[in-house]
Amino acid sequence: MHTLPKATLALNRLGRGFITEKHVSALKIIRRGLVHAEPEDDFSKNEVYDVIISGGGMVGSAMACSLGMDPNLMGKKILLLEAGNKKVMDKVPEMYSTRVSSISPGSATLLSGIGAWEHITKMRYKPYKRMQVWDACSDALITFDKENLLDEMAYIVENDVAVAALTKQLDSLSDNVRVKYRSRVVKYTWPMPHHAADSVPWVQVTLANGETLQAKLLIGADGPNSMVRQELGIPTVKWNYDQSAVVAVLHLLEPTENNVAWQRFLPTGPIAMLPLSDTLSSLVWSTSHQLAEELLEMDEERFVDAINSAFWNNENQSELIDTAGSLFRGALAAIMPSTGSPRQLPPSVAGVGPKSRVMFPLGMGHASEYIRHRVALIGDAAHRVHPLAGQGANLGFGDVACLTQLLSQAAFNGKDLGAIQHLLEYETERQRHNLPMMAAVDLMKRLYSTNSAPVVLLRTFGLQATNMIPTLKEQIMAFASK
Amino acid sequence: MLSQLGRLVSGRYHYKRSVSCGMFREAAGRSWFSCGALCKRRSQLQRNACLEMKQRVVPCQISSRSASRTTVDHDELKKFWSLASKWWDEHGEFSALHALNDLRVSFIRDNLLNVHRARHPGKPLLGLRILDVGCGGGLLTEPLGRLGANVLGIDPVEDSIGTAQLHASHDPDLCDRISYQACTVEELSAEVEGGEEECRFDAIVASEVVEHLADLETFAFCCSHMLKEGGSLFITTINKTNLSYALGVVVAEQLLRIVPRGTHDWEKFISPVELERLLESNGVSVQSVKGMLYNPVSGAWSWTNSTAINYALHAVKQRVRPQQDRAEHSGP
Repeated sequence: MHTLPKATLALNRLGRGFITEKHVSALKIIRRGLVHAEPEDDFSKNEVYDVIISGGGMVGSAMACSLGMDPNLMGKKILLLEAGNKKVMDKVPEMYSTRVSSISPGSATLLSGIGAWEHITKMRYKPYKRMQVWDACSDALITFDKENLLDEMAYIVENDVAVAALTKQLDSLSDNVRVKYRSRVVKYTWPMPHHAADSVPWVQVTLANGETLQAKLLIGADGPNSMVRQELGIPTVKWNYDQSAVVAVLHLLEPTENNVAWQRFLPTGPIAMLPLSDTLSSLVWSTSHQLAEELLEMDEERFVDAINSAFWNNENQSELIDTAGSLFRGALAAIMPSTGSPRQLPPSVAGVGPKSRVMFPLGMGHASEYIRHRVALIGDAAHRVHPLAGQGANLGFGDVACLTQLLSQAAFNGKDLGAIQHLLEYETERQRHNLPMMAAVDLMKRLYSTNSAPVVLLRTFGLQATNMIPTLKEQIMAFASK
Repeated sequence: MLSQLGRLVSGRYHYKRSVSCGMFREAAGRSWFSCGALCKRRSQLQRNACLEMKQRVVPCQISSRSASRTTVDHDELKKFWSLASKWWDEHGEFSALHALNDLRVSFIRDNLLNVHRARHPGKPLLGLRILDVGCGGGLLTEPLGRLGANVLGIDPVEDSIGTAQLHASHDPDLCDRISYQACTVEELSAEVEGGEEECRFDAIVASEVVEHLADLETFAFCCSHMLKEGGSLFITTINKTNLSYALGVVVAEQLLRIVPRGTHDWEKFISPVELERLLESNGVSVQSVKGMLYNPVSGAWSWTNSTAINYALHAVKQRVRPQQDRAEHSGP
């Protein structure tokens, strides 16, 4: 059984000799045969990229930088597709932008690792050291700060500045990352999970100019209305809050240190004032569509009055809850003398930046899957949150850090970057972080959307108790600053 | 010499020239049965696939013979794909072999990086010539190629070689780096005979292969012959213990009867000690042996202290002159 007639051996040698000589050209022939569906010339144009990132916003650009700088991914062909123009910022515009993000220390670490944070600090950013959150319906408040105001809690960065910093960094990575601006994707063609005879095994991306690109891995960073997600048919759990956010640049009455982020829960929704500079703050006011429209129509003076009264007015408070709240606080203080930080008063607003008032509808959405065969979703394409906790951008940067690390490891293990194994790890790891965060933000939103006494009482107690327990606060902050 | 080479014949090799059913089962059992009892059902499917292929023109010969022509028969390509999808379905019949890459690729990479200190970010194995013996569909060949090595995959089953070539042909990065050849290790060794040192390999990999070989002595001789001095030999295989008999033969074949009887030939399994003796007598000294364990529930492999079932071995070909050199120092 284990011997072979010599004749057979000889015969095989003959055939094998032939193969040895010709196997290279045979390979080429097979390859040509496979792309027969398209004219032969096209294949040379249709270069196969290792990774194509669709969407060059903050998160997509950060992904491109992050992959382009990873040593294990050196030599991989990475392409970033952006429908808009290249956003260069030679000089920071005098006018502040209304669209800002709160960047947690974890996100800042990522940005600094990819070299963009340095550009941001040279352009414009504002750290804050404390956050004060309080209730319009009671005296309850909670403050978050780090080590007696020594460390920064987070940073307010204009989205335009962040994108410009990342764009600058991408320019310096032009050997590793190609960027195609003004390129609109019109069609994605997904590969079969198990190859069929005639199909290309890669994701094919067709651009509006007729060009077709191929990718071993497509990363969808194309925002809350992600075309990648929709074309894949990935269902999303989503709802509208029946709220709109009004954003604006606020001029403060007098210059202050301005290192506190303020947020007050009104029955109609949270209003937040985030520091931009010593004299400027950014407003994010979530409220009903109707009130938002009214706020947009108002003249400047009335708008400023509306903001100040939203932060200062106590008309929603009831004596009963105030009494109950202070009794509870007194009882807590007796048990735990380590009281929370004292109440501070927010600065008064004097004016509004010209033409800076904008509104947009608010919603919440979560993709049930972050990955498919050779595709991964990151940022708002996978999850969209209410702005009240300032977590939107941070969740996206967290995706970038996680996916980079897994792809880097996969490359070092010689794996196909589009293989499902490490993509599944990405999905599991990120959903484990994103879902609790989204649930917490959504719960906060709902808890504070009412002024019915029992709920107000409950949240008053809850907030006060949380404020008095330093370890619990530390854990909340640690989770939110990842 | 020649008669010695002739003795090295694997079960798969039989299949190629024979349509006898018994031989066929032997062929069907290749490569994955050592992955443990879990892979048994796969053999049936693979056998069906093989039966379809029976007596048709062998694909690789077609492609090589038609090298001078400009077109390829698309029906033939489709046929390759039916096989290719079996080798390359990560959740399919070869999932345990795919999962084994987590251990064996890093094992090979790290040991080679210990010897070859040059650092190439993104392509850690750049410039190394590796031979993958019994490459099958190229499951291990491709990752090694992606790490930058120039890899030659050989397998006597031409169908598998066709599958491997087709799969790699889609990836322009791999096309330049890896090539395949349908032959046995002794045939390649005869080819290297008299060739330059440059024809020899920096590393030879035989993963889940030696348990199928008829003549291990010749195998060890050929490997040693084809290795450069200081070159590494990597072997993963299944131990010859009561436990491996119980799991690999009794459970898989006789209790569950999913694998046809006779697929596993326990007599061909080899213990690390025996393998080490065999390699040492051919001038290849063993540097490390590590046990591997397959978890059927998670479908993942992990390193273990026990080499009772599966194990991985790293050996280095000694240099002729007994001089101090870095290869001998760099064992883990």
